[in-house]
Amino acid sequence: MTDYAPIPAAKGCRDTPVLRERGQHEVFCGLTGIIWLHRKMQDAFFLVVGSRTCAHLLQSAAGVMIFAEPRFGTAILEEGDLAGMADAQDEIDREVARLLSRRPDIRQLFLVGSCPSEVIKLDLARAAERLSGQFAPHVRVLSYSGSGIETTFTQGEDACLAAMVPVLPETEARELVMVGALPDVVEQQALGLLGAMGIGPVRVLPSPRAADYFGLGPNTVFALTQPFLGDTHAALVRRGARHIPAPFPLGEEGTTGWLAAIAREFGVDAALFDAVTAAPRDRARRAVAQAAEPLAGKSVFFMPDSQLELPLARFLARECAMTPIEIGTPFLHRELMAPELDLLPAGPRLAEGQDVEKQLDRVRGDRPDLTVCGLGLANPLESEGLTTKWAIELVFTPVHFYEQAGDLAGLFARPLRRRAALRLDTAQPPAALAEARR
Amino acid sequence: MKLSVWTYEGPPHVGAMRVATGMTGLHYVLHAPQGDTYADLLFTMIERRDHRPPVTYTTFQARDLGADTADLFTAAAKAAYARFKPQAMIVGASCTAELIQDDPGGLAAAMDIPVPVIPLELPSYQRKENFGADETFFQITRALARPCDRTARPSVNLIGPTALGFRHRDDITELTGLLMDMGVAVNVCAPMGACPADITRLGAAHANVLMYPETGEAACRWMERELGQPFTKTVPIGVGATRDFVAELAGLLGMPAHLDESRLRLPWYSRSVDSTYLTGKRVFIFGDGTHVAAAARIARDEMGFDVAGVGCYNREMARPIRALAKDYGVEALISDDYLEVEERIESLAPEMILGTQMERHIGKRLGIPCAVISAPVHVQDFPARYSPQMGIEGANVIFDTWVHPLVMGLEEHLLHMFREDFEFHDAAGASHHGGKAVARSAEGDAAADGGSMPPEAAPAAEGPDTGTDVLVWLAEAERELKKIPFFVRGKARRNTESFAAQKGLREISVDTLYEAKAHYAR
Repeated sequence: MTDYAPIPAAKGCRDTPVLRERGQHEVFCGLTGIIWLHRKMQDAFFLVVGSRTCAHLLQSAAGVMIFAEPRFGTAILEEGDLAGMADAQDEIDREVARLLSRRPDIRQLFLVGSCPSEVIKLDLARAAERLSGQFAPHVRVLSYSGSGIETTFTQGEDACLAAMVPVLPETEARELVMVGALPDVVEQQALGLLGAMGIGPVRVLPSPRAADYFGLGPNTVFALTQPFLGDTHAALVRRGARHIPAPFPLGEEGTTGWLAAIAREFGVDAALFDAVTAAPRDRARRAVAQAAEPLAGKSVFFMPDSQLELPLARFLARECAMTPIEIGTPFLHRELMAPELDLLPAGPRLAEGQDVEKQLDRVRGDRPDLTVCGLGLANPLESEGLTTKWAIELVFTPVHFYEQAGDLAGLFARPLRRRAALRLDTAQPPAALAEARR
Repeated sequence: MKLSVWTYEGPPHVGAMRVATGMTGLHYVLHAPQGDTYADLLFTMIERRDHRPPVTYTTFQARDLGADTADLFTAAAKAAYARFKPQAMIVGASCTAELIQDDPGGLAAAMDIPVPVIPLELPSYQRKENFGADETFFQITRALARPCDRTARPSVNLIGPTALGFRHRDDITELTGLLMDMGVAVNVCAPMGACPADITRLGAAHANVLMYPETGEAACRWMERELGQPFTKTVPIGVGATRDFVAELAGLLGMPAHLDESRLRLPWYSRSVDSTYLTGKRVFIFGDGTHVAAAARIARDEMGFDVAGVGCYNREMARPIRALAKDYGVEALISDDYLEVEERIESLAPEMILGTQMERHIGKRLGIPCAVISAPVHVQDFPARYSPQMGIEGANVIFDTWVHPLVMGLEEHLLHMFREDFEFHDAAGASHHGGKAVARSAEGDAAADGGSMPPEAAPAAEGPDTGTDVLVWLAEAERELKKIPFFVRGKARRNTESFAAQKGLREISVDTLYEAKAHYAR
């Protein structure tokens, strides 16, 4: 049998009505994207123009990393900046000049908008253009918004990548662009698989260094590795590039679907596709089967966080035999999610946006076996006797492609295994000890 | 604008959250953009609380900015009251909401919420977290506390402990026990653990114990004025301070001082000969004003350290810390710029740092042992075990905590005597800390010794900030310097250089090194 054919669809969720809620959103803002982007992009610096709150968020989210000479900082707005006593543009120029003189290794500087800077309508795009002119060709200055009023968590990466697209040069070359910041090891694996099928050259957005940037044009095709890249998708299409629709490379099935879509695009023959993917697919299936054992038959509830919820629910439902009850997502991009919606078995509620109190009422009513939620909710729900998987870890762990499929299942299985392992409520002697006493 | 990678304090609304989360039966409606809910996880993760902070955020988005953000606030406040039925509410704005000027206080006042609604004015672009906590608790107290009859038996309020406070949980327990020994009851402990109904009973206490001036002083001053309650000025951290505190409180209450010292071990531990080597260890102290002032006294008078520098990040405490620095003959560093703190530590080259989470990492970079004495702190400083800083047990905890990071006495001697040991050498660090052993490199001193103190690895390349560009260390002197154990080598280098500069020397020889040693001998 060849697995090169499209994956057979489940009944699908394409027509499931989506519950849209408005109320308190318990989510991160897009500034948090900086935490992983600054590690991925080796010669970039992220300068947030915002308030003390923004700086506090970054250091709270960054934990220990803040001390390892981070390539991000916050230009904190002061009274004078708001009262119009200081020309904000001059202030930005001064801070950037100081920063760049201290950090000559910086080749890309991102001015990152925040809620305060957006509300007072600080024109960071203009500042970026002016500073780019001033520091060219050594440093390229770009701007994007990571504000909470416009972006949710991973959408910060989307905004950042989308800002880079217009400045890439023009090319006629037929090249594949893989879009989305992935851990280095995962990226290497993906490039290895594509290379083995003879697909190339493959470009990566974002590249680790400014020098690695490439051209875009009407012959460019691109594939998204992350589901939250709607704006980047649109920006690439505007440059004439063509998107290869596919499920996201999470789990064995998702990875195969993703690779198959690209293989079809590049006319890879079925035998070669099978030869390249057979062994890793088998490995991934075995790893998932082993890691997912505690998950079978369990129900799962996703609170909105990163837009990874749909592909993850699809993986858990189809490969780990879980039953999704509700899949909450901060934003549902119908077009990008179509392949995922088709694969997802019918049944779960789909929710876009959030009213956290009402959603928590539903969690309490449903009593799912596993609730995927943020760190603000995880411990409170645990104390109510619900098992949780905190969602941020899914963005901070290598989870994509075949070799990580088992780890991905393991992330969800671990809280259930731990709950089973801990015997804290009653003093139970270990079985062997009880035996010895008899 | 001011570039910052690390802030010692959060914005003032985080201080208000610390008050609300510390209390029960109080709800906070915070006008804030989507994303500001990150602050919840300070409480659910760092402090590991098992419930959500009692905070409702409006989490407005860009599309709401057109017209209806005020309606959004009203709806959120209504829903919060209906769902949580608090005894009182506080309402306020975060930094972004401050810009759009919806006036949460005015909106809430017009809403007929049947419980007291206390508006907060927290200027986010001028003030910070501690101010937010102090001001919030002051406003709550002012709104709710009323004069009432004093309790029959002597009682006090414990004022200042909040959620996310450094060791507040155990300080409360320790002080409550200490007061009980004196025959003094705790009337209300607030904000931590108190509900709005408790706040109305504050006036029944005979006096207030101001545990943390940063978060309770405004309320204490108001209660002194309006309710006629005196408050204690001594913060009982350290043996001497605890004794002074008991005497001060006894004076306020007109009763005999009594302190049960049967469990107090710091004085004997510190007098025992094993502690002799602690004498004159040079420490740099940084944190919030209260903890720094307490630590300085303990360091000098109870541990026998030499206080090389003090400073605090909260400007509210600048005056007392400046006065204290004068008393200790050092220059105070009042700054919330961590690069400045790092610079000061580098220039003073202390043998130990007593500071915050941040100084711990400066210490790590510079190879200087560090103990944490003040917020901001991370999750490991919200321990499961009982670990107060105040009172008798607090002194015991402090002795252990401060001594632990130092290289132990005999180890220090051996490092001094035998400098060629292949596994037991400077770069290996304190051997009881279980870090990965670093082998002595083949090139010997020059490379291996650089390991623990990177700035010394290439003195010639350090640049103009150290002054080494005008002074030349002769190779022989450089080798001799390496024979000085790492924890005092930085100081020796600096002493020698300033001695040479004083004498107008351009080259430093072995003799210069020893001349300087004799010059600075104590």
